[in-house]
Order: sequence, then structure tokens, then C-alpha cells
Amino acid sequence: MDTFLWIVRVGAIILLIWGVAGTVVQGLSGQGPTGEAWRDLVVAGIAQGAMYGLIALGYSMVYGVLGFINFAHGEVFMSGGMVGFFVANYLWEVRLWETNFVLAILLVLLSSILTSTLVAVIVERIAYRPLRASPRLIPLITSIGISFFLQYTFAGLFGVAVKNYPPPPDSLRSRVSLLGLEIEGSKLLVIVVAVATMVGLYLFVEKTRTGRSIRAVAEDKEIAALMGIDVNRTIVATFAVGGAMAGVAGTLWALLFRGVSFITGFLPGIKAFTAAVLGGIGNLPGAMAGGVLLGLFEGVGPQLVLAGFGIPGVSQLKDVVAFTALVLVLIFKPTGLFGERLSAEDRA
Amino acid sequence: MIGVRRIGLVSLCLFLVTVGCGQGQSQPGSDDPPSATSAVDSVETDRAAPEVSEFLPGPLGAVEVAPGQEIQIRSLNTITGVTAFAGIPNQRGVELAIADYGPIAGRSVSLGTPFDDLCSPEGGQSAAQTIVADPTVVGVIGTTCSSSAAAAMPLISGAGMVMISPSNASPWLTSDLAGNAGSAYLPGYFRTCYNGLVQGRAVAAFVRDHLGFDRAATIHDGDAFTQGLARSFADAFEGLGGVVTAVAAVNKGDTDMIGVLTGVEPGSPQAVFLPIFMPEGGFVAQQIGGVSGLERVTLVGAAPLLVDNFMELPESEGVFLSGPDLRYGSNRNSITGASADDFLAAYEAAYGEAPSTGFWAHAYDAAIMLLRAIDRVAVEVDGTLYIDRQTLREELHRTSFDGITGSITCDEYGDCGAQRIAVVQHTDSRDVEAGKNNVVFEYAP
Amino acid sequence: MTGFDLRRSLRWGSIAGAVMVFTCAVGLFEAFEDRLLVYPFLSLGHVLLLWFLPLAGYQATNEPVLEGMEAPSKGLHNVVAGLVAGLAGGIVMGVFTVVVDALDVRDVFVRLSVRLVDLLTHGWGVPGGLVLIVAVPALLGMAGGMLHLVSASARRRLILALEWALVVALLEQVFSQVLRQIRLGAVGDIIFTRRALEWWAALAVAALVALLSERARGGVGRIRGYLFAADAARRTRNSIWSALAVLAFLIVLPQLLGSLLSELLANVGLFLLMGLGLNIVVGLAGMLDLGYVAFFAVGAYTVGVLTSPISPRFDLEWSWWAALPVAILMSVVAGVLVGTPVIRMRGDYLAIVTLGFGEIVRILFLSDWLAPTFGGAQGVRNVPGIPVGVAEIRGSQPVGVLYFAFGLVLVAAWVSWALQESRLGRAWTAIREDETVAAAMGINVVRAKLNAFIVGAILAGLGGALFAAKVGSIFPSSFELLVSIIVLVVVIVGGMGNIPGVAVGAVLLIGVLGGPTQPGLLAEFAEFKLLIYGALLVFMMLRKPEGLLPSVRRSRELRGEELSQDAWLDRPSGDVEVDARLAGG
Repeated sequence: MDTFLWIVRVGAIILLIWGVAGTVVQGLSGQGPTGEAWRDLVVAGIAQGAMYGLIALGYSMVYGVLGFINFAHGEVFMSGGMVGFFVANYLWEVRLWETNFVLAILLVLLSSILTSTLVAVIVERIAYRPLRASPRLIPLITSIGISFFLQYTFAGLFGVAVKNYPPPPDSLRSRVSLLGLEIEGSKLLVIVVAVATMVGLYLFVEKTRTGRSIRAVAEDKEIAALMGIDVNRTIVATFAVGGAMAGVAGTLWALLFRGVSFITGFLPGIKAFTAAVLGGIGNLPGAMAGGVLLGLFEGVGPQLVLAGFGIPGVSQLKDVVAFTALVLVLIFKPTGLFGERLSAEDRA
Repeated sequence: MIGVRRIGLVSLCLFLVTVGCGQGQSQPGSDDPPSATSAVDSVETDRAAPEVSEFLPGPLGAVEVAPGQEIQIRSLNTITGVTAFAGIPNQRGVELAIADYGPIAGRSVSLGTPFDDLCSPEGGQSAAQTIVADPTVVGVIGTTCSSSAAAAMPLISGAGMVMISPSNASPWLTSDLAGNAGSAYLPGYFRTCYNGLVQGRAVAAFVRDHLGFDRAATIHDGDAFTQGLARSFADAFEGLGGVVTAVAAVNKGDTDMIGVLTGVEPGSPQAVFLPIFMPEGGFVAQQIGGVSGLERVTLVGAAPLLVDNFMELPESEGVFLSGPDLRYGSNRNSITGASADDFLAAYEAAYGEAPSTGFWAHAYDAAIMLLRAIDRVAVEVDGTLYIDRQTLREELHRTSFDGITGSITCDEYGDCGAQRIAVVQHTDSRDVEAGKNNVVFEYAP
Repeated sequence: MTGFDLRRSLRWGSIAGAVMVFTCAVGLFEAFEDRLLVYPFLSLGHVLLLWFLPLAGYQATNEPVLEGMEAPSKGLHNVVAGLVAGLAGGIVMGVFTVVVDALDVRDVFVRLSVRLVDLLTHGWGVPGGLVLIVAVPALLGMAGGMLHLVSASARRRLILALEWALVVALLEQVFSQVLRQIRLGAVGDIIFTRRALEWWAALAVAALVALLSERARGGVGRIRGYLFAADAARRTRNSIWSALAVLAFLIVLPQLLGSLLSELLANVGLFLLMGLGLNIVVGLAGMLDLGYVAFFAVGAYTVGVLTSPISPRFDLEWSWWAALPVAILMSVVAGVLVGTPVIRMRGDYLAIVTLGFGEIVRILFLSDWLAPTFGGAQGVRNVPGIPVGVAEIRGSQPVGVLYFAFGLVLVAAWVSWALQESRLGRAWTAIREDETVAAAMGINVVRAKLNAFIVGAILAGLGGALFAAKVGSIFPSSFELLVSIIVLVVVIVGGMGNIPGVAVGAVLLIGVLGGPTQPGLLAEFAEFKLLIYGALLVFMMLRKPEGLLPSVRRSRELRGEELSQDAWLDRPSGDVEVDARLAGG
């Protein structure tokens, strides 16, 4: 058994080196992507990863506090993006989108955050609160049910067609020079907002009263209750904060990709879940880092590793790269890259 | 004996059809379902079926329709899931065609419950099982996806029924257009959709001869339809002396296209053929401007992107789109007299939205093709209408009329569509209709 | 306590109103408005719209009768409360109609159209039709309240009778098909008009059910007594007889059903096969596998490429029977490859990693890279059927497929049962209960878990092999993540760890609602299938988490009668209530 795992570990490293070497050889002979292309790949990977990270925060917080995976969190994210679309569309029609983009995008962001928070809190109240005392599998299955229910409710309410946000102003679409690197404006904005949100969340969890309650409840509910913390309210707050993060991600998604539909949340949800595990579930900075890393693996991995083997259509295999990376990370480091946090002894 | 009688019957039918042309009109009443021909008065309906004294069914049996009963046909399209946008207009096209055509020999035509092919082989098979369990069904309009047709056809064909697809493009369902039957071809299969090979060749001819490019790449999304188009384009383009720099692929659900575009860039293609659907096609158009080296590449989309929610994207301006000639406005279905404009008006009125793909027209023509053939082979004995299944297949092979999509004539493997491809250039995202009509290249084999 | 509680009535009324608004807004009402259930006046759309109102009216005064307490008196207040609840629901609905009519919101909410208002008001327009919109719910709420006035047994009979009349109408397809098959098709033609039950037939069905319900209850009791007889020897004998009866029933059933229903049931068999496999992995060994579809795909593709005459790489054209051992072998290999790295991971990690493996396998089969072997997007087509003697079992003859699927399911059920009772099965249970203790007792935890993974993989691979022969063409789109999730749902809704439970889950979910890409009996619900799946799943987890037919052990665990310490499966996810209870008890 252990021999097998060692073979896997060594084999993985050899294949990785071989693939990268192949790509390097290709690059030196002038066949591979150019330097600018690599830069674009890295930036796109980080931008996509930042969004995974924001969604992953919701998974991680809920996991830390309640110890179960909220499968429906991807749909919380989708709901924000979807309602944001209608607000954005209205602002486009009244021309505010063009005349004062900053105000418009703030309004969209606000509506997106409100929707996602509301959906997360309602779901907690109706579906998860009655299940607090059940074995862990039960809320997980419930969340799969909620996920389907939300998807198809949104499909029924708003139709199945892809909805395209109005285009952002030209200033966001052109490239900005930053530290000698030329980066597309919207991607830079996404990365900056994601980092700012993350810092805000960190301060919230570390410095505020509610944040301390969340940590206390994650550590031990019973003792937290004895210390006078309202456990129910704290759990609602956890869902609300996770929902708000997903709402931010919804608006960033709109800036980056502009298309939303009722299944928009599913795949990013699974990826964010992967990111949370990758970074060490329950660990908030880990979730963010896991997201960025996963985005990078997906964005750069196929070109960097697979293309070196001469495999055709490598982009098709980017989810293979992402999930293989997850498996390898867990084989090398079973608690994720940055270790679990929030309630360590829970997992004995 | 039987053969002679059948020939006699067929010629009698043909005679009566010729005589019957132009007789009668449909009278759209207030309760009638939406119809595209309310403004047109050249509808060929309400012809009485030829009265004969005796009817002997052919080798595949026959459908009997007693007085007062309806003639049963079925729709088998993808109406749920992520591909539903492609199947729903098909089903609605059939509904409108039945309303336009009116009754056959005094019997109305019923579509029954619409079936769902679920865009998968097992979905097609299960639905076909349900369809063939009802021996009164004459024929099927479907499927939307080629994978469903592959599993549905053994049942449909085995039951002696016919199936006419408005949107299957895979060559293996009919033939390679060089006289070799496809691996999944079965008698009873027809389609009004073009054979995917034609689409690929048309785009190759456009890119190679019209644009004069010699380097091109393609991107598909792992769907049998898009991968087939990408493949046939690549083959044809190389046949014309061009170089295919990359056959890249994305997955359905992907949003970040930088990776795939970066992989395409090193071959420095002059054009990228993009037979994929929305939303992935939209993401490619939006993001390609941000990939160094591809800012000026020419994008050529296919029928899946000839839809409003792609053409309304500002980044779709300048994209070439190949597909069925969508200047249907001038085309009329010669049987019902409906023009595309009539149809679209009726569609909007009935369903509150514009069709989400262009295949509604193929579905409309497919349904008319089936109804017209039924009309021609049905005979009446003592008030009971008989539709012979073998004769119906033969009649379908002889189909020849002008549909909304163009001239409909069938080859021996059931390819009946107007194999005519038009390439339009889309220039103004605020005027989608202009884009659909701005034909810059036409191709007919 | 006996008086009528206005707030309670209003609460239930507003819930009923919300249900009605939801039904309209997601399009359920409009989609089924013209599907008649009871000819000529009751449509499925109206049932979906209004079903909650009598329930709300009833709930408005439903008090649990506590032991030793005086039962609350029945009387006018029940009726009034029901009426008020119904009225509240009606007013919510009326306001909704006025809003929809006044504001053009169709650009946002696609289903809220002029046609909807027309349908809701029966074409009377907004001021006039509002009377209807408020009055009908109010009356239904009142009817719900009135249910309190009759005796409990009468109430039960009434509800049962109504349910059956609706079920017969809804499953018209099954009833008319079975009637045709036993040469009573004429009866079907008389009682069904345009797919709906004639009103007098509905009444007759209801009356019949009401009359027979008590007798049927007695019958069920007798059967239960027969099966679970106290005397062990007799119990064994009885269970052998009942197994034979079930077998005889299974042999006759396809003949009764005809090809159409056999097709649906063959799909049930396929999912049952996979469900039994997953039941071993999740239910017995306690590993949450979300990538189960991978093994199904491996089985299907192995058979496909080995038997198809147009297989992209191989030119073997083996028979199904020759390919089967290879398919099983490949499933075992896949099981070992997936199992070895993940088996030491804890539950949540295992879930996401297996999910990842499922996606990896699907994408590899789809990819251009492996297309020269597996056909990529164009799949593997022309897969032949299963030769059995002179006949061939293939999808176009569903009765044959059904018999074959039954056979495989019986084998799988026997294997599951035998394993469950074996040393290995006890090891699994021990691991599920407490891994550390199990290891201390000398159980080789890793090997036992890997064995579970392999057995599960074999059953899924078998399912895949059957699927390949049945469908005849294999495309990657048949192996989406959704398949894994639906199989898991089948196991959980049916009753985890219990073989008959899994069977019940498969029949109800796959047979009635339909599988991920398989239609069920209620194919007309296709557009809303996953919405219903979702709602059902949440409802089940809230009301009956142990499943419809739970295994005795699990339901005991879930009811907290047994303290379980399993690392993930049975560990309470929030402890406050449990701890309070433990402290108290």
C-alpha cells in the first residue's frame, strides 16, 4: 500500500518534470506560446482563481462552523450574479452604466451581495437549522437537493437562456501597466477587489465581536454557548458572510465573463469546493490561496505540462489537471496545503 | 399481384394529388392554434384521400385511421437540460407547421405529448421505445442531437416508422456524400438539416477561396455536432491546400478561454473556425481580443452562434457566421405558402420570444415534408384511412418541393436538406437582423 | 387553546399563498394547465396550484394530542381557521395577480405573462376574476379545516381515496397499458378520455379505495406478521416462500407491462444495479463516493470498444460475453487506481476526490487525445446486443433487457446480502462505526475499504456493460456527474444499507420521476424533474432522513438510540441539541 503511494508520488514528479521539460524545449524552438502569452495565462488564471477563492471562503466558513459541505453554495453565488444582471440591464437602459460606471457597478455589487446573503440565510433557516443534530451526511445530501432546487427555480423564474451583462467601459477593457506588466483592466480590478474583500473578511473574523463569536462557535459550540454567545445568530452570521463573499464573486464574474445562466454556479461551486480542500478546509487564507492556485493550475497547467507531451486539445483537459493536482496535493499533504484551521480538534 | 396493385395505388395517389393541388383553404378560426399562414391563401389542404375498394398493406404494415380519429405524428427533440435551447424551437416549428398544413383527408394531425431526446443516446432510445409502442404513430420529427438519433433509429426503423431530423448533422447518420452509407444509417431516416460535411466544406471554401487565407485553426466543445463540423472543416481545408494549425477544444461550462486561445496562437492562424454554442462561443469572442497575437484573427462561427444572444454582444461585430441561408424572409414554403416572416411573426405571437436557433425552419420544412408525403400516400377504404409505411418511405425519398430553407429533395440515404450554406458578416450588434441578411458568400455542392 | 389562533391561520395562509405564487412563477401551473387529470374539469396545473390549501386549512388548527391531556374540542373554530387561512392564501394570490397584470414584468420573470393572468382568472380579467382567485382558495382552506370535524379513520380514508383517484389519473399510461396487456383495453378506453380519468370513474376509484382501505390495512398487517414471524424456523420458511413469490412476480411482470413499461423498468434495473454497488461503498463501508459514474463509464466503454464493429482502434468484434470479463477486470483496475490514493482520506476529502476522479474519467473518454481509442465526441456506436442462445438481447426488445437486468440485479442483491453477512461485511460495519476501534480489533481497515471500493466498482462496471449493449451507442454525455449524484440519491432516499430500500428508491425515483438522462413514468414533468428531485431530497432529509425503507441498524443510529462515533458518517454536525439531550438523558 505505502509502496503504491510512493510509486504514485515519484511517478507524478517524473511526469511533471518531463512535461515541463517538453514544453520548455518546444518554447526554445519557437513553437510554444510567447512570453506575453504566458503572462496572459498567469493573469487569467489568477483572476479566475481569485473568484474561486471568494466562493471557497463560504465553503470553508460553513465547514469550520458546522462541519459539513454546503453543496448549494455555488447556487448562492449564481443567484447574486443573476439578480445583478437585471439591475445592470436596467442601469444600462437608463444609461447610468455608461455615464457613471462606478456608481452603476456599486449598485450591481450591492444587489448581488444582498441577494446572495439573503439566499444563504434563507437556506440555512429552512433546510439546515432543523438538521443541526443529524449525522453529517444528512445536511450534505440536503445541500445537494437545495442546489438542484435553486438551479431549477432560477431557470423557471428567469428562463434558461444565457444572460449577458452590458459591456464594461473601454477603460476596463484596455491594458493597464503595472510594475512593468501589462494587465487587462478588468482582470486587475477583479484581483484588487478580491484581495481587498479577503483582507476585509480577515479583519472581520479577527477583530470584530461577531468574528470572535464565529471563531468561538467553530472551536466548540457548547462552550461558546456557555460563554453567552448566541450560537444560532452566529451561525446565521456565518452563512450571511459566506453569502456576501459569493455575492462579490457574482459581480466580479460579471465583469470578467459577463454571461450568467442558471447553471453558472455549478461548476465554479465544485471548483471552489476543490479550492477549499486544496488550501485546507476551514482555513480562510488557505481557501483564498487554494482558489488562486487552482485557477493557476487550470490556466497554466494544460499548456505547461500536457502540451509538452504533444497531447492534442490540451485545454479540454484542464479539469483533469485541476483534479489531478488536488489528488496529488492530498497524497503529499493529506490536510491540504495550509492545514485545517478553525476547529482543529474536531477532526481527530 | 401486390406490387402491381401498389404501383396502381401510388399512381392513383399522384394523380389525385396533382388534381387536388390548390384546392381548398384552411380557415383559421379564433380557436385555432397559431398559424403562420393566416395571411396567405394558397394552402393545399382538405383534399379528400383517394377512395379505393380494397387496401392491402405493404411489407412494413400500415396505419389505419378510423373516421373521426387523428393522424398521429410525434416530436422528439431536446426540450430539457442545457441543450434545450436547440430543441425547443424545433418542436415549436413542428407545432406551427401542423397548424399551417391543416387536416389531411379530413383528419386532423396530432402531435401528442412532445418527447424529449435528452440529447443523449439513452434518452433517444427510451423516448423511441415509447413512440413505437403506439402503433398508430406514422412518423417522428427529431431528433435534435445526433447521439440520440443513433440509439432511436433502430427502434423507429424496426417499427417501420420514419424519422425526419431538423438538426442532426453527423455524416454517419446518412452518408459521406460519396455514395457510402454512414455506419448508423437505417432505412426510414431522413433529415432536412444539411450534412455536416457540407458545412465544413463550405466554411473551408469560404476561408480558403473567399478570404484567401492559408492558415486556420478550429475550436470545438466536445459535442458530437461541433467536433464533427470542426473535423470536416479541417479535412476540407487541408484538401484545398490550407494548413490547419490547431484543432483545439474547450469543455461545455468553461468560461476562461485564455488557455485555449493561447494554445491556438503559436500556429499564428489567420482565421479560427468556431462551431461551438453559447455561452462558450461568446466567451471566445469576448476574450480573444485580450490574447496577444490573436487581436486581428478572423473568427468564423457556425449555425449555433447565429442566435440573437451571441449577435447582440458588441464583440461579435466583424465575426463571420456560416449556416443555413437565413435570408428566409424571401423564401416561402411552397406547400403552405408560409414565408419566414409569417413564421417568425406567428412564433413570437405564440411563444413570446424569438426562436433561439435557426433550425426552426428546418423543423418546419421537415414537418411539412412528412405531412405532404402522408397526404400523398393515404388512401381511404370504407371511411378508414390507410397509410402504408413502405409506400410512405418511398414517397419521402421522392420528396421535391421548395421549403423555407430552400429546395428539399432527398438522396438515397435520406439527406434531403437544401445543402446550401451562406456565410454572413455580422457588423452591428444593435441590428441583429441586418447581420443575418448580410450574406458575403454562398456555397452549394 | 381551543379558540382559533389568528396568527397561526395567517401564517399557514401566507405559506399556502407563497406556494401558489411559486407554482405560477416557475411555470409549473402554466405547463400543466391543459393536462387534464379528471375529465372534464380538473387539470394537473390546478392540482399543483391548489394542493397546499386544504393542508394549510387543516394545519391552521392541528394540535398534537398529548397523552393525558384532553383532546382539543372540535367545532366551528376549526372551520373558521381553515377559512381564514385559505382566504389569506387567496389574498396573497390576488395581490400577485393584480401586480402581474398591472406591471409588465415578463422581461425579468419569463413566466409571468398576460396568458397566465388569463388562465388564473379564467378569462374574466382582473377585477372580475379576482373573486375567483380569492374565493376558491378560501373554500379549499375551509374544506381543510372541516377535515377536523370527521373521525380520524374517516379522514384517513377520504385522503387516501383522493390520493388514489389522482394517482390513477396521473399514471393513466400505466393503467391503460396494463389493462391493454390483460385484454381489457376497452375498459381503459371507457374510463380515460384524452388521457384524463372520467369524473365518474374518478369517483368510483375514490369510493372503491375508501371502502377497501381498512381491509387493505389488515392485509398489510397480516403480510408483515407472516414475514416477521416470531418463530425463527417459520420465519425462514416464510421468507423462502415470499422470495419465490417475488420471483414469480418478476417473471410475470414484464408480460403484464408491455415493451414501454418494460423499458422504464429496465432503466430502474440498471440504476438498481448501480445503487446496490454504491450501497456497499456508502451504506456498508461508509465512504461517500461522488464519482461512482467513473466505473459505470469504464464498463460501458470497455464493452463498447471490444464489441463494436466500428470501434475506433480495435477490430475485435467480440461477443458481449467475451468482453464482460475484461470489462469487470477494467472496473477492478479502476477501483484499485481510484481507491488506493483516496482510501485513507477522511469523508469530505474522499467525496471531492472521488468526484474529481469521476470528472477525470469522463473528460478522458471525451478528449481528442484518446479519441483514436474511444471515439471522443463521436462516441462508440453500433455496439451489438447480448447473444443469449439464438436470441439477442438489445435495446429494441426491452422485455428481454428487463429479464436480463432482473437477473443481474438478483445476483447483485445476493452478493450484497452475502457480503453483508460475511466477515468482510462485519468488518465494514465495524469500520463505519469506529475506524480506530476496528483497527485495534485487528481489522485491516485499508484492505477492507479497498475491497468495498472494488465490489462497488464491479457492480457499476456490470451496469455499464449492460448499458452499452442496451443503448447500442456510447457517448461521453451519458456519464455526467449527475449520474453519480442520482445513484446516491436513490440509495439515500430508499434507505441506506438496506437492499429492499435501494430497490424501492430506484423504482420510485428512476421509474416514476426518471433518471439523469432517462425518462420516467412522469416524463411530462421532464422540465421540472430536477426541481422536484431537489425538493423531494430536502423534504426527505428533513422528515425521514433514514430513507423510505431503512435498515434497522441505521434508523436506530439516526434516531440517536445508539451512540456512534464514526469519523464522518454519523458524527453530529452541530452539537448543541445533541449535547443538551445527552446531558439530559
